[in-house]
Amino acid sequence: MADLNSEFLGVTSPNPFWLASAPPTDKAYNVNRAFEAGWGGVVWKTLGEDPPIVNVNGPRYSALHSNERRVIGFNNIELITDRPLKTNLDEIRQIKRDWPDRAVVASVMLPMNEESWSKYIPIIEDTGADAFELNFGCPHGMSERGMGAAVGQVPEYVQMATEWAKKAATIPVIVKLTPNVTNIVLTAKAAQDGGADAVSLINTINSIMRVDYDTLTMFPTTDGMGTHGGYCGEAVKPIALNMVAEIARNAETARLPISGIGGITDWRDAVDFLALGASNVQVCTAAMVYGFKIIDDLTDGLSNFLDDKGMASVSELVRKATPSVTDWQYLNLNHVSKAVIDQDLCIKCGRCHVVCEDTSHQAITNTVNGERRFEVIDDECVGCNLCVSVCPVDSCITMQPMTEGIDARTGKPITNEVANWTTHPNNPMRKS
Amino acid sequence: MSKANNNIRPGRLGPAEIEKNFSDLHPPLSRSEALIEADRCYFCYDAPCTTACPTGIDIPGFIQKIRSDNLRGSARTILQENIMGGMCARVCPTEILCEEACVRNTHEDKPVEIGLLQRYATDPVFSDNTQLFSRAASTGKKVAVIGGGPAGLSCAHRLAVLGHDVVVYNRDDKLGGLNEYGIAAYKTVDNFAQREVDYILSIGGIEVRTGVSLGSEFSLQELRDEYDAVFIGLGLAAVNELGLDNEDLEGVESAIDYIRDLRQSDDLGELPVGSRVVVIGGGMTAIDIAVQSKRLGAEQVTIAYRRGAGQMGASEFEQKLAQTSGVAIRHWVVPKSIAETDDGLQIELQGSQLGDDGRLQTTGESTTLLADVIFKAIGQKMGGHDLDGIEMERGRIVVDENRATSLEGVWAGGDCGVDGEDLTVSAVQDGKVAAIAIDRSLRNG
Repeated sequence: MADLNSEFLGVTSPNPFWLASAPPTDKAYNVNRAFEAGWGGVVWKTLGEDPPIVNVNGPRYSALHSNERRVIGFNNIELITDRPLKTNLDEIRQIKRDWPDRAVVASVMLPMNEESWSKYIPIIEDTGADAFELNFGCPHGMSERGMGAAVGQVPEYVQMATEWAKKAATIPVIVKLTPNVTNIVLTAKAAQDGGADAVSLINTINSIMRVDYDTLTMFPTTDGMGTHGGYCGEAVKPIALNMVAEIARNAETARLPISGIGGITDWRDAVDFLALGASNVQVCTAAMVYGFKIIDDLTDGLSNFLDDKGMASVSELVRKATPSVTDWQYLNLNHVSKAVIDQDLCIKCGRCHVVCEDTSHQAITNTVNGERRFEVIDDECVGCNLCVSVCPVDSCITMQPMTEGIDARTGKPITNEVANWTTHPNNPMRKS
Repeated sequence: MSKANNNIRPGRLGPAEIEKNFSDLHPPLSRSEALIEADRCYFCYDAPCTTACPTGIDIPGFIQKIRSDNLRGSARTILQENIMGGMCARVCPTEILCEEACVRNTHEDKPVEIGLLQRYATDPVFSDNTQLFSRAASTGKKVAVIGGGPAGLSCAHRLAVLGHDVVVYNRDDKLGGLNEYGIAAYKTVDNFAQREVDYILSIGGIEVRTGVSLGSEFSLQELRDEYDAVFIGLGLAAVNELGLDNEDLEGVESAIDYIRDLRQSDDLGELPVGSRVVVIGGGMTAIDIAVQSKRLGAEQVTIAYRRGAGQMGASEFEQKLAQTSGVAIRHWVVPKSIAETDDGLQIELQGSQLGDDGRLQTTGESTTLLADVIFKAIGQKMGGHDLDGIEMERGRIVVDENRATSLEGVWAGGDCGVDGEDLTVSAVQDGKVAAIAIDRSLRNG
């Protein structure tokens, strides 16, 4: 059995799964249930100044559904905690006493003046919380007041506020980044320059879910008007993975520990984040959709996976895949893959044919010798993977690398020589 | 009257039980069921289900529209190819048509429930009476349609849409043909056949004359003189005989006639039902009469069929329906004689097998069954009408791919056509194809 015990910035937890700062971690009641279910840690719902903010009393959430009503994406307009600071601090203190082996991290969001940080950070740290997470990410509501993403979108502000927090805190400081930026590395670097011990990402993405088809207003609304929310859930995972990998592979930020967040629903999603750069992961939407019990599959699945890979601990998995991420210009342009259709598995739906015919390279037959049959035409196949992507049968179509012979499409021999864009004759900027 | 007839009586089951037995065989899908099922469609290229549908409905297309809650569009996709898409959703043997072709069979041995989805898409059209079609500008041409069954109504509707005026001549008081008089009651509940007829007629331009028969009230020649074109959709009005002595004994009945009475009955509890029922035949009608007899309270129902399960005209689903309804099916038996005894009718069944020449032969073994009622369900034939010397083959009308007959200006389709498949859906296709050909002919001529 692989060891799932996790250490992040010296903060230990029995597994690398923390609940992200969000509604599931708003109260001791919820956090107790989460710890009873087996979660490794929580990042408490973001604390702010007193008096607390208020929330709308209408729809705070909405979802993008499949026809089976499976939640694919999720949107929220809830603000930070709307309970008095003392109530939260008392509960954090009690929770940390009751669950000493679990990670309890205090998320904070404060105005952009140093006095606020020097006043509140020590009070919060006094609860016994293991670390801080600075919320520079919430894209709605609080950002209108100059906090959350309004800070996170300006690298100079990120650095400044991080410095204030670090000056006042003795425990580790994690900076939570907003994805609503053009280059995540810049804000990660700013956090690092401000002294952050780690970053966590991603926070939610600006979003409007849809319109109401009857009223032709945006949906949902609060009494007829709506505002953009923050998008999360399975749908955002690829965006988050890219940002995690960018930070992990960039020389300037590569040493910064990462807590990975964004659409983690089952253990495979956690593997994605860990292998690409995160040292632990945070989950919110999956718990809000299915309840805390999903921790069973997350921990059990990860443990079995590590066993299958012969890895003794989570740390062996961390950043395993990071070196495989590079710039497009370094991809081997001599490599050739062709799609291959397993005729025994093929159910003859013809989806591969029609999408290739309509939208790609006309490289899949629909009829062979008068029979309905779908075969790849190597003369035309560029190896784009579209057919693999749309095939409803798992493993029916696979991409097979060519290792020898001649590419029927280009007529060029397959070579082991690696050549990329940087040296390609068509590249006017090529290196000689 | 023989003693056996005391065993034929109404009211074998109470009203509650009869209501349960004759409720919808395949209840409609709820919205969530339909959305989940629609999601199972792979939206195949050149979809095998569409190829398998005699009317060529764009099945992935209508299912896609269910997915997006575009039910009116979905219904139009269905009904523009098959105006009886509502009835076909209920009665089509989908397991040997669209659903047999579904690629999900290869993937997981469970096809998309196309029939139920088709019903889900079309039901609102009939309950809300949504007109999905409009008529083209009037052509001033008039077409006579003989027979208001699926073929005739399909032809009439398409002709009306194309701008022609149509007069439907119908023998029975109600239109719909076998939809109204022949299909098992639990397949088309809530008077659906008439609601569908009303919907079809609501396009306008279709005049209906009921209670008129070819050869009695009018002749084909008269219609040819009066109209610009004629479509014959007479169906098969007469029943095949067993060719045995005593076939006219009381208790030996035509399944078609009995089902007709059943479908027109206001109170199924008043129908006389035998205790012991033997059905001769292996098609859909045999299954329909057997299962309905059982559901009306018959004690023992036996289907006797001269060949094996694989050769039955009834689909595998229908055969299973009979068996799960408590009907016994005896294969490889041929009726040899019918006699009257003190204990009812006695039918002698001879064993049969395929000879080396592939023909059916008897084995010499025989067995007898006692019955109160013996239903003949061995197929129907045309009623011996005077068809002006139209070319016939095997007792049915010869037509070309446009459903044109050998007589100029006369088209035909449905069960009376030589290639008729005894399916509502095929009859609808015949009527549609003929209407398109008639339209072309009238516009060019």
